[in-house]
Amino acid sequence: MMIVILVAEPALAALIAILIRPHPLRRAVLVAAAVVHTALVAWLWIDPARFPPLGNWLALDSLGVLFLGITSLLFLFVSLSAASFLRRENGVTQSDPDEGFLFDNIPEAVFTACLLGFLSMMTLVTVSQHFGLLWVAIEATTLVSAPLIHFHRHHRSLEATWKYLLICSVGIAVALLGTYFLAAAVPAGSGGVDSLTFAVLKGRAALLDPRWLKASFLLLLAGYGTKMGLAPLHTWLPDAHSEAPSVVSALLSGALLNCAFLAILRILSICSSAGLGDFGRQTLVAFGLCSMAVAAGLIIGQQDYKRMLAYSSVEHMGILALGVGLGGIADWGALLHAVNHSLSKAALFLLAGNILAAYGTKRYTQVTGVLRRLPITGALWVAALFAIVGSPPFGLFTSELTILRAAVEARRWIIVAAYSLMLSVVFAGMIVVLVRMAQGTVRAGAATGDSVRVLPDETQPFRERLWDVAAPLCLLCMTLLLGLYIPPFLNQALQRAALLIGG
Amino acid sequence: MWASGFLVVFMLTSLWLLGSSRLMSCIAVVAAQGVLLGLLPIVEGLDVPVGRMILQAVIGVGLKGIVFPLLLMRAVRSVDVRREVQPFVGYSVSLLTGVALLALSLFIGPRLTISGHMTPALLVPAALFTAATGLFIIVGRRSAIVQALGYLAMENGIAAFGMALAEKEPLLVEMGTFLDAFVAVFVMGITIFHINREFDHIDSDRLSNLKDSP
Repeated sequence: MMIVILVAEPALAALIAILIRPHPLRRAVLVAAAVVHTALVAWLWIDPARFPPLGNWLALDSLGVLFLGITSLLFLFVSLSAASFLRRENGVTQSDPDEGFLFDNIPEAVFTACLLGFLSMMTLVTVSQHFGLLWVAIEATTLVSAPLIHFHRHHRSLEATWKYLLICSVGIAVALLGTYFLAAAVPAGSGGVDSLTFAVLKGRAALLDPRWLKASFLLLLAGYGTKMGLAPLHTWLPDAHSEAPSVVSALLSGALLNCAFLAILRILSICSSAGLGDFGRQTLVAFGLCSMAVAAGLIIGQQDYKRMLAYSSVEHMGILALGVGLGGIADWGALLHAVNHSLSKAALFLLAGNILAAYGTKRYTQVTGVLRRLPITGALWVAALFAIVGSPPFGLFTSELTILRAAVEARRWIIVAAYSLMLSVVFAGMIVVLVRMAQGTVRAGAATGDSVRVLPDETQPFRERLWDVAAPLCLLCMTLLLGLYIPPFLNQALQRAALLIGG
Repeated sequence: MWASGFLVVFMLTSLWLLGSSRLMSCIAVVAAQGVLLGLLPIVEGLDVPVGRMILQAVIGVGLKGIVFPLLLMRAVRSVDVRREVQPFVGYSVSLLTGVALLALSLFIGPRLTISGHMTPALLVPAALFTAATGLFIIVGRRSAIVQALGYLAMENGIAAFGMALAEKEPLLVEMGTFLDAFVAVFVMGITIFHINREFDHIDSDRLSNLKDSP
């Protein structure tokens, strides 16, 4: 029953959000729903016995608990930031800084409802034990997040939404075929409504038809990999992330990509139990290295700082795939990396949102002196950048090093070399460009020289609202903490989840 | 005998879709495909409960055969575009690819058997072929409407594969049908509508402001 409450609570809040009219009240509902959800999830972490499985379809195993934890925590901070963002954007007809046309936003009620519906569906992804239900949930996340990307109603965001829907819906269709193939792998006579649940499949893994299972794994990997942003199926990701409002980009990168990763981990786990673990892991290594290479290539020379962050997400998804592809201790490393990446990437996108609001452009060459104009944002931006590229003392350093160690221990030198090389390329590519944004002086009117854009005096510090900087600060502090000390409860959760992947 | 003939027609609709440039006839072909799919469980004599069979038929014929085609035809009329002029992949090449895909599906199909089920021999090849054709059309055409049609064809193929599992996993197959139909045209149709209104053209290829050029 508690599991149903976890899913239903944000859905109910979404319904309320669409019905009530006053904007401040609706924003309060958004934040309250997020707080309640996080409180419920915190309760789950403290006392999991209170959240018994509901039938065989809905249950929280160690993987689900971990990813639900990340999603809920992230949503809490994003909702605080979103409330502030919505107040700033309320009912304003804005002019596009790059092209000068006017646009307005989708109704705030719809946006808030979709945001909450998105949380509800991501929760459903983490609690689904049945592969069909999992598929439905991931499908639903695509549907409810599409209006979020189209928040600013103009042609570029529409283009991004169209690409997102088209590419992800094809991915989802492929994943459905994969799910059908999985059903075909189940031996005859062992049917029943529970035959496609994770526990049952894992228990009977040896009886599954290996040909169908292999095909199913490949299709599910391609399908959910599209959603996760693994190259070469990542093409929707940079557009959606750069055109969506920054709070949405933070959620897409920090929570949605993880949900697709969770689905891939589940099928990998079944392959491991069926004795096809090596096949599955080799494929993931290939996808992982490919994603890292593509991201590294496109980060160099990127002009748009939000797109650069999006490509960094592709890179990190590649690291996750590589991590679970290597197996052993790297499973643990990849899960830790998923936590770290979510926290720091969400912080970065929220900060990018602040910078975008103050400067009105996404071209990094036109942004200078963030440290002067937005002192807190600027300082956090630099720190978060060093976090995301994996410098100590942040958490990503620990997890990236763990994955490297696994590759070294396995004596897979080509992977070691390629992994280190691509990490360095990304490090250089991002730090050189993005740290420069923080430095220097603010050039008056340098941003576009466009008379359409009316911003406050550009040499004055821009007023930073409390939650615009507090949310990224909290997220960044957690990343820092994870780099210095991994709390025992989290470590246990990671180990249990890693054990489940191993089969 | 009946069943094989039915599936052959099903496959022919996919080939037709590959070779036709006229939007209206493409829509009609996909509509016909939807109707065929809806009737498939009845013709094949699959051992599915009657209620489910009727539901399947109503959804297939009603949505894919009538509602979606009408909406798409309206979209075509509103933009006054009658045919897709310059696809990425030309029509003769498309047809040749189609024949290759057909051969491949017929080669793979019999090797993929679902244990303990008597499925019609052509069902799996027809399903794979149609799904692959749909995917090819999504990739190979510029027009958003034809891409939506390709997506529908892909759905049809996957749904046809689902029929082979209808006895084993009825619930899963139902989950698949409902949501797929919903996504395919409902959302895409609305988005296409937006694209018409805001761009005055419908080529998704021209949606190319967002790309990585320095």
